[in-house]
Amino acid sequence: MANQTAKAQSFKDKPKKSFFASILKTREIGVFLFLIVLCIAMSFLSEYFLKPQNLFNVLRGMSTTAIMAIGVTMIIITGGIDLSIGSVMAASGMLTARLITVHGFYPWLAFAIGIGLGVVLGAINGLVVTRLRVNPFITTLGMMSVARGLTYLLASGIQGTVASNIPLKDPGVGFLGGGYIGPVPFPLIEMIFFVILFTYFLNHTVLGRQIYAVGSNESAAHLSGVNDRKVKLFVYTLTGAFVAFGGIMNAGLLSTAMTNTGTGSEMDVIAAVVLGGTSLSGGEGTIIGAVIGAAIMAVIRNAFVLLKLPQSAQTIVIGVVIVMAVALDQLRKRNK
Amino acid sequence: MTDTGLILKIEGISKSYGGVQALDHVNLEVNYGEVHALVGENGAGKSTLMKILGGIVNRDSGKILFKGEEVDFQKPMEAISAGIAIIHQELSMIPALNVIENIFMGRMPNTKGRIHWKEAEEETVRLLDMVGLAIDPHTLVSNLSISQRQLIEIAKALSKNASLIVMDEPNSSLSESETDRLFQVIQKLKNRNVAVIYVSHKIEEVLFIADRITVMRDAHYVGTINKSEATVAKIIQMMVGRELLVEYVPPQKKPGEVILEVRGLCGERFKDVSFCLHKGEIVGMAGLVGAGRSEVARTIFGDFKKIAGEIFFEGREVNFHSPAEAIRAGISMLQEDRKVLSLFFDLPIIENMSLANLPKMTRRGFINFPLIIEKAKGFVKDLDIKLASIDNPAKSLSGGNQQKVILARWLETNPKLLILDEPTHGVDVGAKSEIYQLIRNLSERGVSILLISSELPEIIAMSDRVVVMHEGKVTGTLPHEDCTEDNIMAHATGLQEQMIIGCA
Repeated sequence: MANQTAKAQSFKDKPKKSFFASILKTREIGVFLFLIVLCIAMSFLSEYFLKPQNLFNVLRGMSTTAIMAIGVTMIIITGGIDLSIGSVMAASGMLTARLITVHGFYPWLAFAIGIGLGVVLGAINGLVVTRLRVNPFITTLGMMSVARGLTYLLASGIQGTVASNIPLKDPGVGFLGGGYIGPVPFPLIEMIFFVILFTYFLNHTVLGRQIYAVGSNESAAHLSGVNDRKVKLFVYTLTGAFVAFGGIMNAGLLSTAMTNTGTGSEMDVIAAVVLGGTSLSGGEGTIIGAVIGAAIMAVIRNAFVLLKLPQSAQTIVIGVVIVMAVALDQLRKRNK
Repeated sequence: MTDTGLILKIEGISKSYGGVQALDHVNLEVNYGEVHALVGENGAGKSTLMKILGGIVNRDSGKILFKGEEVDFQKPMEAISAGIAIIHQELSMIPALNVIENIFMGRMPNTKGRIHWKEAEEETVRLLDMVGLAIDPHTLVSNLSISQRQLIEIAKALSKNASLIVMDEPNSSLSESETDRLFQVIQKLKNRNVAVIYVSHKIEEVLFIADRITVMRDAHYVGTINKSEATVAKIIQMMVGRELLVEYVPPQKKPGEVILEVRGLCGERFKDVSFCLHKGEIVGMAGLVGAGRSEVARTIFGDFKKIAGEIFFEGREVNFHSPAEAIRAGISMLQEDRKVLSLFFDLPIIENMSLANLPKMTRRGFINFPLIIEKAKGFVKDLDIKLASIDNPAKSLSGGNQQKVILARWLETNPKLLILDEPTHGVDVGAKSEIYQLIRNLSERGVSILLISSELPEIIAMSDRVVVMHEGKVTGTLPHEDCTEDNIMAHATGLQEQMIIGCA
């Protein structure tokens, strides 16, 4: 009887424990502590830092990166990479803006078609990687160029033949990218929603666990009945959707779809994922880690503004932080 | 003038990792020109001892005397320059480079950075001749077999003037003829007064090659015996502290209907393979390494494409395009290469156990964690898997326990046909007998077993029938009565062939 109770108890506790254990592994704790230290330091250096308005600005700034990082985290867990996100982001935002502003589509329909473009481009990445067996680095490098070209194509023919930015003055899309509910930026709410949803997905669904299995040992996963091609196709396609969402948010925020949107954002997103402890060799990583990574970069950016430091040094510091974070993680691993 | 007497004396070496005692006052004495076998179950501490000797791991206490002087190697380089070469289980070679470059890795003869290729090549030819390898020194290592690579490791050790060579499980992936060749080379080393420490699981071979045998058990030194007084039973008794016998047990029930029939199956490395398997029957698949046994099994399992032929499972013709389809139909397969094809090193043990059956363990689309944990705990108990927590990564387990975890993965899928490819490969004696018992229990419950093994005693003791393959063809299907080592070997080497008509 007592034994039975103990058994039932442990079954009840176990999933909870493994759930928390998987979202807050030691490496995430380390990065999180770094973020806290950074915030404490900033609160001493600048009286504005802890003002709610500034904090919400920081959080809004990181939301788009974090949302796109959800997909990229999954790709990197499978052992892949996606360099095309900046361009796919621009193409999707441009298509949505063009459909609304130039062709007078319903905003919701233009939004859906924009997401659809991201899904298609992501799926093409996935198909090339799984069917043609082209290395993900090369595949997405190609897509980076293709999607950027597509962006220019979608942006031309409005004013003469030259590609130009397209204004997007729809209030709905604007709200998606820059709206507020009370003092809280709406993109932050979107980010929290997706992070919770997909963290749960990764930990509690068969497909979610198979993503880790494929990244940990692809042959073993295949021989254990995992449809490894389907898993990879899924993560690239899902990333396409997230990235398109990010692109449309960005166009909404700026009220313009720009041809150079997302230039360099593949680096921001990959850096956030890696900073958050996801290993580029695959098999491990969490979405919450990527969110913390994105937050660290957003706080550093904010520090440069508040402390009136030269903007030119900002990218240098971010670059150094990323490399140091991975180096520290490697040291920690070796000492274990 | 050759040295005699002790080349190595290890005294009271202890080492603990965290709270776990890996070595507890272990002794070992090796003479010049002696082949000294070091045996013990997985986790007995053999590898740790050799790592301490090679300067890879630091000891906690104890003394090592090498050539009469006390030594304490802090780095592998120090051991190498003293004359100790360790050939690891996983060979440390660079496949994309050729034989010369691998032998002279990091110490190519050169003047100011310009390599003397001619000199290196001549020396390589001389070394290859010494280990009896007749290959072009410019061959890329990726084109060589495991046994050839092993001989090159020995050549490399010789080129460094090693006077003590440690071979860690050298024959775990060799066929019998390749093992013979390795033994000839070991004999040559002995004639050159080189001492060899031969770490192995395979007791019969240890008895054949070693002059003396030291047995370790649970981090302790058990004893050292001379070849003349050693028998298999005695060594096993020293290793496990109890007698262990594997004997054939005839099936309790008559085999049921045919569950699997393969007709004229052809693949890239085998052709015209036909055999069948009844419900609850254990069929062994014997043959030398490279005979095509794994390829046949993986073709049935949907991993490799068949070129021609038919596969019938439960009376219906099947043509699986992926292992996933085979698993759904009720076929599971334990793969030969645990590290490459089975294990998820960094993932928790529980995920390693549940992955194959995960799609069936859901509730409303989400993983049913309580069910998975209950099943995993059941297997940990049933298979006596020794672990600290099912949340630990699989790499924290010993080889035998890793194999049991993978067995659990396949048992969870509740297969009707279980293909086992070298299930006791790299597994200690204790775990071995447990795996044998498990296979018998499964067959009694009506599960059909296809057992691929390179160990003849294992095949003979376990199988109701044995299918023998030689160079991609089935050379015989032997009922248990005809299964002697000699008879199976005669078929496996192609000396004897029997016509196979229909489903025996």
